[in-house]
Amino acid sequence: MDKIPILKIGHFLMVAIQVDLYDRLALNLESDLVQAVSKTGARGVLIDISAVSIVDSFMGRILGNIAGMSKILDAETVIVGMQPAVAITLVELGLPLKGVQTALNVEKGMELLQQKIQVTEEEEPEE
Amino acid sequence: MIVLSSDNIRIAKELDMVLFRNRLKEYAVKIGMGLVNQTKLITAASELSRNMLRYAGEGTALIEIVNGQRQNGVRVTFSDKGPGISNIEQAMKDGFSTGKSLGLGLPGAKRLVSEFDIKSTVGKGTTITITKWKNG
Repeated sequence: MDKIPILKIGHFLMVAIQVDLYDRLALNLESDLVQAVSKTGARGVLIDISAVSIVDSFMGRILGNIAGMSKILDAETVIVGMQPAVAITLVELGLPLKGVQTALNVEKGMELLQQKIQVTEEEEPEE
Repeated sequence: MIVLSSDNIRIAKELDMVLFRNRLKEYAVKIGMGLVNQTKLITAASELSRNMLRYAGEGTALIEIVNGQRQNGVRVTFSDKGPGISNIEQAMKDGFSTGKSLGLGLPGAKRLVSEFDIKSTVGKGTTITITKWKNG
């Protein structure tokens, strides 16, 4: 069974999807990633989908689920590297991935995560 | 319409969907379809093959290169012997689902392709035909 590796970098978890996603693989990634967030206490999750050429409604829903579940576990999710043709297709399909943060590439995604985490830390009341 | 070449693929498990999508991509590339249209076609086909697997258990997808409207296109015919759809009009509406999905499959797939045809008989099965023209 294929498995998508999850890397821990500082406060973040990073996943680069390099293979064609099928439903079971996507579902496994969802549960592995959410468990990893809980286990490591990661504050951010970065998912690189630059090598993914097809995102249909099922995979789109999984990406949304990961973001939603991570949020409840106090981690922000950013999806990076979406191919333009995939973005066009998702919107026409009727799945604009609302509620999922995106960035153009890994570097910008990391910046975004760092900003978001700093903001929430500042918002916390200090003694 | 003239059929130039074809391939019939049985879809009975999830991994067949991956094989089918790859084969479909080969056909789209063969006629010189652009990347955006390729992506739309394969995404629509992915939705429909999943529906077939989920609701009928298995089925076949016939991929054909067709010539019509002064250009080539790829036509895919999904046939299953599943339970059929009792109310097609309702099934074609955004957000309607009898399963646990988002209900985007059928209407979403229709928006992504040039031509969409659905025929279904309750208790007999469903046949859905989609065509994507090279420049359409």
